[in-house]
Amino acid sequence: MNKSIKKIIFWILTFFIMFIICLPGIWIFISAFRPNPEILSKPANWWPDVWTIYQFTQMFSIKGYVSVPAFQYLTNSIIISLTSTVIAITIGMMGGYAFARFNFKGKNSIFLGLMLARAVPGISLSLPLFIIWAKIGLINTSFGVILVYVAMNVPFTIWLTDGFFRQIPKEMSEVARTDGCTRFQAFWNVELPLAGPGIAAAGIFAFLLSWNEYALASVLTRTIQSKTLPIGMMDYLNEFTINWAGMCAIAVVMIIPAVILTFIVQKHLVSGLTFGGVKG
Amino acid sequence: MFRKISRSPIILILPAIIAISIVVIVPLIFSLYTSFTAYKLTRPDSLYKFVGFRNYERLLDNYKFWYAFGRTIIFLMIALNLELLFGLGIALLINKITWGQRTLRTIMMFPMMFSPILVGFQWKYIFNDNIGLLNNFLYLFGYQSAIAWLIDKKLAMGSILAAEIWANTAIFSILLLAGLMGIPKDPIEAARVDGCNSWQVFKNITLPFLMPFIFIALTIRSLDVGRAYDIVHIMTGGGPAMRTELIWTMIARVGYKDANMGMANAMSYVSIILSIAFTYYFFTKLIAARQAIGN
Repeated sequence: MNKSIKKIIFWILTFFIMFIICLPGIWIFISAFRPNPEILSKPANWWPDVWTIYQFTQMFSIKGYVSVPAFQYLTNSIIISLTSTVIAITIGMMGGYAFARFNFKGKNSIFLGLMLARAVPGISLSLPLFIIWAKIGLINTSFGVILVYVAMNVPFTIWLTDGFFRQIPKEMSEVARTDGCTRFQAFWNVELPLAGPGIAAAGIFAFLLSWNEYALASVLTRTIQSKTLPIGMMDYLNEFTINWAGMCAIAVVMIIPAVILTFIVQKHLVSGLTFGGVKG
Repeated sequence: MFRKISRSPIILILPAIIAISIVVIVPLIFSLYTSFTAYKLTRPDSLYKFVGFRNYERLLDNYKFWYAFGRTIIFLMIALNLELLFGLGIALLINKITWGQRTLRTIMMFPMMFSPILVGFQWKYIFNDNIGLLNNFLYLFGYQSAIAWLIDKKLAMGSILAAEIWANTAIFSILLLAGLMGIPKDPIEAARVDGCNSWQVFKNITLPFLMPFIFIALTIRSLDVGRAYDIVHIMTGGGPAMRTELIWTMIARVGYKDANMGMANAMSYVSIILSIAFTYYFFTKLIAARQAIGN
């Protein structure tokens, strides 16, 4: 008797927590598909009377956008996030391999130094970057943003890949090398495939950081040429009015790739973060 | 070539160091320099007008800045502690569930996918006095007058904290859950046989084992505390009457709105030291905790 009451309380609590976690997202999703007047109605309308994809057709209309050029922002976001991720993963993997497999002077302090570089708040970093980038003509270019994101993502990629390479026994590479592989061949044919899923997880983590970044991009991008989705989102925010439905719609566009990617890698992400940290 | 690398593996780290030098270290040196000038964006020649410690001296006298500084510290302390507490609670809860745990774990990670700017917007929407979900909900229970969550002086900070905690509890719960699942069962059973109650087991076995995971989560979180800027920026922009002004929103205001770059850089140095101190503290704790469990 007592036990079953406990169990019921337990499930209610779990359900309540999950509800709180999910509710804001669900509400945004619903609002993206309803017309603005319905959002503004009082008393509240909990379920849409009419479902509409008006906001999405507005965003993605090819013949001259009406309000917000979301398609261009989306393209910019994809290009910037993908390129910076690929570069950051390549650089980060090299570093992670070095930290996992070699002993060298100042190893721990270099690792700490990289992490501390990552800790600099975006908005503080944006002030000098804004001035310097403007001077050397990198402002409002995709390349300028990509460069910044690479550097922001490298420390974390090193942390993660370092952990994944450590999970692979050193002996495997040693056996391959006694069988006549060079160190690079051993890395390429043995260690890299084994660490593959982990590296993919690190890559997606880097992608999401670039995809979601606001503080730096808001300063380094100026026009439709290089603005990313998080910055483009602010187009819906006017001085006195907010196009709530439009903003919800662009939020949905932003969140869908993030959700899909996170679901794919969640298992590896957790093991990478904890293993690299605990056994480092 | 690879023999060379084994002799000096630093070559492998070099690209990372170069990238960080270009984007972080050089700009920081430059901003350290500008913090000693009267640089204003509107007057480019003022970049060479050296004023010594004047910006820092003014900063010391600027009580608004120190209010923002103190508010930031309090904000971080409340947020981090509650996130840790809630994260631990959720992790313990989910750890007990055997059926559907994978699904729950996935749902738990949901807020991690949201961009901070999105989190800010979504809570601005929920807390909106007119059309917000929360006020609509309260309306059902007869609260006819709309509560201005983000405009009221007393409520604004709490509303922002709610958004911040919603967004960042996930990182704690997911990492602590990973820690909980890795705890060996034997010592817990042995303790139970010896007559320990649940609290004693938790305090003496579970918690020490979780410690490294707690510090991993805190370290990862401390790397990103500055992202709270996004949330505050969109929710209140520092208002009402600067009641929610954090050090980061103040930097943005002074730097970009007032175009007073020298002063903003002096401020941002204070904020950088704050962030680095946080990270450094948790990192050393992490290393100590790691050694304590014998790795």
